[in-house]
Amino acid sequence: MQRGGGGRKGGIEDAAKGGSPRGYSGFHGKVLAPRTPGTPQGMTQPVAEGNIGNVTLPVRMTIPIFTLVVAAVSFAAGLLGSLTGLGGGVVLVPLLTIFFHVDIRYAIGASLVSVIATSSGAAAAYVKEGISNIRIGMFLEMATTSGALLGAFLATWMPVRAIAVIFGTVLLYSAYISRRVRTEAQRNLPPDPLATRLRLNGSFHDIEGHRTYNVQNVPSGFSLMFGAGTLSGLLGIGSGAVKVLAMDQAMRIPFKVSTTTSNFMIGVTAAASAGVYLSRGYVDPGLSMPVMLGVLAGSLLGTRILVKAETKSLRLVFSIVILVLGLQMLYKGFWGGL
Amino acid sequence: MPSGLHAFEEFRPQPWRDRRMEVILGNLLRAGVMVSAVVVLWGACIYLHRHWHEAAAYRIFRGEPSDYRTIPGVIESARGGHGRGWIQLGLLLLIATPIARVAFSIVGFSIERDRLYVVFTCVVLVILLYSLLGSGLRL
Repeated sequence: MQRGGGGRKGGIEDAAKGGSPRGYSGFHGKVLAPRTPGTPQGMTQPVAEGNIGNVTLPVRMTIPIFTLVVAAVSFAAGLLGSLTGLGGGVVLVPLLTIFFHVDIRYAIGASLVSVIATSSGAAAAYVKEGISNIRIGMFLEMATTSGALLGAFLATWMPVRAIAVIFGTVLLYSAYISRRVRTEAQRNLPPDPLATRLRLNGSFHDIEGHRTYNVQNVPSGFSLMFGAGTLSGLLGIGSGAVKVLAMDQAMRIPFKVSTTTSNFMIGVTAAASAGVYLSRGYVDPGLSMPVMLGVLAGSLLGTRILVKAETKSLRLVFSIVILVLGLQMLYKGFWGGL
Repeated sequence: MPSGLHAFEEFRPQPWRDRRMEVILGNLLRAGVMVSAVVVLWGACIYLHRHWHEAAAYRIFRGEPSDYRTIPGVIESARGGHGRGWIQLGLLLLIATPIARVAFSIVGFSIERDRLYVVFTCVVLVILLYSLLGSGLRL
């Protein structure tokens, strides 16, 4: 196992050294100087393309096909993102890196775009429906934006693999914890004085009827949100998983309100770190274009489904998505390939 | 519906519903997303038309050139008719949408005379602007 991992890692380093343009239309034909000046064989040989990783899927795609496939995948990501409050980034970063062999920094840039697109696209509907709670959102955004600020600056000296391991661990933990379904007694809690003073309690209407709710544990929810913001700054995703969990598990907010309010918030958290990633050149227009358009269409479909969906099935979708992706990210983090 | 819920609601304080603000914020978000999607789509047409036969390669990180990393660079590139410049301009509009939403919330909460939330929203906006301007994003 160890030997295999080493070999793969070597392959990536070779590829990075070669830095051959390989038809990357990149920057209108202007090829930027590779990080390490190209060795002669690096320029002539399309460095062992199929050997990196064990997936030999799209080794070489033309731009229209790549755009179409990425848009289709992004559509699914936007759909899942708007249903679960995860923002699509959670789905996109692993998919782009694992199946499309996109460098994780480009993937992070693209997923940042996808998070803002899902958030704003879906929030338009959820806010109008009155499912997201804008007061909870605005209050907790103080925590997530300041956390994101910290995370984005930590990200410059965090190694890529460590980020993947953190990401994977967060996802696994989230999958485990989110399956717990609440009993009726846990649903009908008395008002918390702090939450009442902050006017966080609310009500919403969906297929299961009209429900009022009282927000609990405001301080711990706020701290968890700071952590969620830090992660999103680190990983370039809205880290909606932590947000949903903080609202759902700690603050005892109904699942649909948690996911849609998370969805409302992640755009702002992502926008806070967008400047950093944009100015570092992580946001590639050729990659972000199909991601943004696909995710947007998917998220608009998701909003129509959520209102009618049962909470139980939404919880199930939520935990399955994050379980699978958590495992993938841990694998990539420990055995290389990123 | 749990049977105990009705009895509960009687002494429960009236939950806050900000209907008007919700509708306005919803429309604002929708407009921002739609405008940026149209701009990105326009850029996509130019980009795909020009690069139809080329291969996509994102395995190796090179970083974007300064044209796509700064706001003046993006605007200049879009004015030059570059597809990528238009796409990047649309993405900038997309990034601006949640920021505009926060800025507008300040107006909304002050119309409702909710000072506490005006303060909260101002804090969010300041952090947002600080992280955008302090991140080396050249305006």
